[in-house]
Amino acid sequence: MAELEAVIGLEIHVQLATRTKMFCGCELSFGDEPNVHTCPVCLAHPGVLPVPNEQAILYALQIAAALECEVAPRSIFHRKNYFYPDSPKAYQISQFDIPLASDGRLGDVRIHRAHLEEDAAKMIHVGESGRIHGSGASLVDFNRGGTPLVEIVTEPDLRSAAEAASWARLLRETVRQLGVSDVNMEEGSLRVDANVSVRPAGSDGLGTKTELKNMNSFRFLQRGVEAELERQRELIGAGGTVTQETLHFDPVSGSLTSLRSKEESHDYRYFPEPDLVPLAPTEAMLRDAREALPELPAARIARYEGLGLATDVASGLAADPQTAAYFESTAAAAAGIEPKVVANWVTGELAAALRQGEEEIAATDSRVEPAALAALVALVQEKRISHGSGKTVLSALVAEGGDPAAIVEREGLAQISDSGELEAIVAAAIEANPQAAEQIRAGNPKAIGAIVGAVMKETKGRADGGEVNRLIMRRLKG
Amino acid sequence: MRVDLSGILEHVEQISALDLDGVPPTSHVVALENVLRPDVPRPSWPREALLQRAPEPVEGAFRVPSTQADPDG
Repeated sequence: MAELEAVIGLEIHVQLATRTKMFCGCELSFGDEPNVHTCPVCLAHPGVLPVPNEQAILYALQIAAALECEVAPRSIFHRKNYFYPDSPKAYQISQFDIPLASDGRLGDVRIHRAHLEEDAAKMIHVGESGRIHGSGASLVDFNRGGTPLVEIVTEPDLRSAAEAASWARLLRETVRQLGVSDVNMEEGSLRVDANVSVRPAGSDGLGTKTELKNMNSFRFLQRGVEAELERQRELIGAGGTVTQETLHFDPVSGSLTSLRSKEESHDYRYFPEPDLVPLAPTEAMLRDAREALPELPAARIARYEGLGLATDVASGLAADPQTAAYFESTAAAAAGIEPKVVANWVTGELAAALRQGEEEIAATDSRVEPAALAALVALVQEKRISHGSGKTVLSALVAEGGDPAAIVEREGLAQISDSGELEAIVAAAIEANPQAAEQIRAGNPKAIGAIVGAVMKETKGRADGGEVNRLIMRRLKG
Repeated sequence: MRVDLSGILEHVEQISALDLDGVPPTSHVVALENVLRPDVPRPSWPREALLQRAPEPVEGAFRVPSTQADPDG
């Protein structure tokens, strides 16, 4: 049998961080007493009318812009009918055939659509043991009911569980930097479902998919998808077929449980919401949404890669706008030094030095001014101090701030530039380590460490490692 | 009732005589768009009032029959 490749699409629900609900003026909350943020509208009393929250629409348009979606000139709301106590109207107001936004892209993944809807109430199952099955009565807290949601649906463009988790992180970072949601998976303000199927590698068709619900961390998302891919591959390998269904992944046992057979869209009897008039984003609304966009992680990663930064360094910086701004100030101050060298100092040596204290501090909150770091990197690049001394100076900068040149002066860290002096120290170090010298002559270059170490000890790290290596090799081989 | 229904169906049939290519479906009959409200909180209702008619509420929550008895429910 041909190898089965993974085909994964994600559905992400983002709770918008508005002050009020989608269709009424009740405040949003988390962790309050049950049902204190409710009113006749969000409890679906007879005769009430929903009115959409303007800010929620603006936030949704910002998400659409960030995901490079096309915005529908005129979209409408639909009723999605279903019967469950978390929805007092017995329908959810959502969007169906004309979503607010469609045909977008984030990174390598195409966005199928992004639409507005309202969240359901929170169910509490009495006697709940952490799992969903097997409890007594159910309680309903409508505080969450009616919270504005944007549902983002990707095309099935992801090819592994790791890719799915990493892309979901990029999406979370993007939405977080937009400032339109708390994107907290544990609190449920970002919820990720995965549609998972397999197909023979190289084929264009799509296999029957299953839907994995509500994995509340990226790690669980990855493990859940991995488990489901393995299950489907085994099933098909044994001659079986995949049934379309919704699955719950239990991260403790690593097992998958069927929640229900998957509904088709006709089961929801969608029809246009008669109580809400169409939504036709105006030029001003679209402009406000575009202008509210900060530089987003994907664009920043691309720009940093253009500056020569390695992909992982670029992604690391882009995920943290403050540190990214710090890097940019430092790079601007470090005239004539390649940005990637500066970036490596920011994400490498500086990050490590900032972790040394009792509490890790952010670069922007540290005593190390961008100009000081730039000066320090220059000292190392110009070989006026060794890399090791550079780290010593950095520790001093983290502790007390100040000017690196002054610290170099005070601590006597200037590199030994007199080659005669260094040659003498190298000669002495070779003499003191005859065994290592013999091994190097015999063709074992690894033995050089002992001699380099002796030189560094003698010079208190003030020698350039590369130069020391060169001098040792010249003396032993020459 | 049969007469009424036949009347309705005949009326609808008239529509199929028309060339409706490119005419979007009518979802609303009022010519309004973008009826929105600012994101400003309004007081919620007192919980006691809203729970007054709820059978046996529990600690401020509505009680409903277990939704878990039938896993396919």
